[in-house]
Amino acid sequence: MASQSQTEAKKESVVASEPANQKIPLSVYDLTVAYQRKPVLWDVSFEIPPGSLVGVVGPNGAGKSTLLKAVLELLPRASGRIQFFGGSYAQHRHRVGYVPQRESVDWDFPVDALDVVTMGLYREIGWFRRVTRQHRERAMAALEQVGIADLAHRQISQLSGGQQQRTFLARALVQAADLYLMDEPFAAVDAATERAILEVLRQMKESGRTAIVIHHDLQTVPQYFDYVLLLNMRVVAFGPTSEVFTNENLQKTYGGRLTLLEEATHAVRQRRRPE
Amino acid sequence: MIGLEWLGWLNSADDFLRVLTLRDYNTRIVVIGTGLLGAAAGVIGSFALLRKRALLGDALSHAMLPGIAVAYLLATLWGGEGKSLPLLLLGATTSGLIGTLCVLGIRHWTRLKEDAALSIVLSVFFGLGVALLGLIQQTPRGHAAGLESFIFGKASALTAQDAWLIFWGGLGCVLLVALLFKEWTLLCFDETFATSSGWPVVGLDWLLMLLIVLISVIGLQAVGLVLMIALLVIPPAAARFWTDDLRRLVLLAGLLGCFSSLCGAIVSALFPRLPSGATIVLCAGAVFGLSLLFGTRRGVIFRAWESWMLGRRIQRQHLLRAMFELGESTGQQAAPAPAALEFSQLMSMRSWSSAALQRELTRAAAAGLVVRLSAKQWRLTASGQQIAARLVHQHRLWELYLITHAEVAPSRVDRDADQIEHILTPDMIARLERLLGESQRAGSVPSSPHPIVPPVEGLGTGEAAR
Repeated sequence: MASQSQTEAKKESVVASEPANQKIPLSVYDLTVAYQRKPVLWDVSFEIPPGSLVGVVGPNGAGKSTLLKAVLELLPRASGRIQFFGGSYAQHRHRVGYVPQRESVDWDFPVDALDVVTMGLYREIGWFRRVTRQHRERAMAALEQVGIADLAHRQISQLSGGQQQRTFLARALVQAADLYLMDEPFAAVDAATERAILEVLRQMKESGRTAIVIHHDLQTVPQYFDYVLLLNMRVVAFGPTSEVFTNENLQKTYGGRLTLLEEATHAVRQRRRPE
Repeated sequence: MIGLEWLGWLNSADDFLRVLTLRDYNTRIVVIGTGLLGAAAGVIGSFALLRKRALLGDALSHAMLPGIAVAYLLATLWGGEGKSLPLLLLGATTSGLIGTLCVLGIRHWTRLKEDAALSIVLSVFFGLGVALLGLIQQTPRGHAAGLESFIFGKASALTAQDAWLIFWGGLGCVLLVALLFKEWTLLCFDETFATSSGWPVVGLDWLLMLLIVLISVIGLQAVGLVLMIALLVIPPAAARFWTDDLRRLVLLAGLLGCFSSLCGAIVSALFPRLPSGATIVLCAGAVFGLSLLFGTRRGVIFRAWESWMLGRRIQRQHLLRAMFELGESTGQQAAPAPAALEFSQLMSMRSWSSAALQRELTRAAAAGLVVRLSAKQWRLTASGQQIAARLVHQHRLWELYLITHAEVAPSRVDRDADQIEHILTPDMIARLERLLGESQRAGSVPSSPHPIVPPVEGLGTGEAAR
């Protein structure tokens, strides 16, 4: 049932051995999304190989965030079929973690970092039940994993941008999902946060999980991701970074933006594969 | 005339006492009822405020007026007693919900922004209500209907039955909040995440709206529909000045709401000409004002005091560091006692005015950190020297860190270091020391990574120019 052209490319990727993870974590067929009458995504199709780190790259307004939101049924879609682990989103929701953009919430909200991370467990805790000590300990462990356990009881407006981003990441991690969708986690963060996020991504890959990450920095794409989805309202190219992240494809994605193109050329020349 | 009546009131001290000691059954009912209402409204208002639904709540309560009038008209048409409370409240609920739907509909189907939709619905519904009330006034028994008390509130008219209504209604609301605390917290903080993790966000949202309607309806008699929003919004807004924790915020909002309502009801009982809605809101306003000023988290005075103290600390640290570095650059630092420093030399270390420097020196002298040797000469004391050495140590650690680890151009380092080091915690200093391998001599002062500005010669002319 998987489309052949894309699964061929999979030989190169490291696929974890557990059979549970062998299923395609996310497949999108002919997804079209429109705001009012203006289409934002046109016939987007791709299949994400299990255990891969996928970078989603494209210019502003290319529909990157829209793609994630439409996939998660946060936005209505005009047409298209989406499968998570071979089933519907409702069936596999608990295996999917979402990291929204940091700006999407009001950070003045009267809760601390630990409270925010615990929110990742609310679904598991269920209706009407209280958060117990075990839940808080798990949330603490997630904060530990992103390196800000010492800030657990700080009110969230007193965290730096990078620390807020890591709080969001911890909230997703505590869900122990198999597929993560992240909306610009690297946007405007400090070096320490960038390292912490990368480390988390590396661990995910090691344990056979999959992450789809919207990314804006072309230079680091070959370093961070083994797959790349070049998006500009349509899928310009999708596949292993080494094959797809080419000058030609970038030009198609970004059009005539010269400065960006120069950056991209530079990035392609310096291309390094992780590990 | 009014003045005389007031005098009359003041003279009857016994009446005052009767109200204040809740000796009358009636007063007791009124005070307890409004207190409960305030508590419930504060609790629910917390979520209404965090969900940014304050204005929608206002539109909603204003939209209740036509419902009240229509219910009265229908009841009299069918020959019944017009002023049957359950019927009136049912009418209020219905038209309040219709108003809410109109707001949501206008926002959803047109390109109008929310504030426009709210204003339109609020004013049109209220206008319709006022017009209908005018009609009712024309009817034979309309004058006695007393429907106006729903507009501004008349707590003194509360009966035991009403108090029970408030009690059960309020209790139901508070219990629901306790049950759905976690769910509504998530809804208010991050709706998108709530949706993506499978919570029925629309349902939760509607339930919250319904609760706001319910609390507004049971508050109609005591507070009135014009001012009901105040009881929902002011207590949580005031509570926000005292705490950063949602659980405490909700609890405190309940307490403040209860307190304001109690006070308002008592004042209104003392001066029957004052509508209770107004007195309750004024009491809530006073609570808000006090919180705004004295709140321990975000209160104006607390914040000003904090930033003033920080300013003082920074000034003091600048002075001590300047004196230390000046002594260091003249090579006298190693001497057993710190060197005597010229005022003019100190002036050249930073861009401070001579008055500011003088003031800072005097303050430091009062704290025993520096001593005045002569009119223009100052010296660090032993303890001042010790503190200064520590400050310079930290300052340079931070500078070194910025240079080695954050790729900052050395010329820009000093300013960044200045801004950040004043808030370095001991824990961070220990980490910096480890990072930079300075731990073997924790007290030592590493040399500055950039040249310290030497005292400018001929400063006297510079000062004269100023």
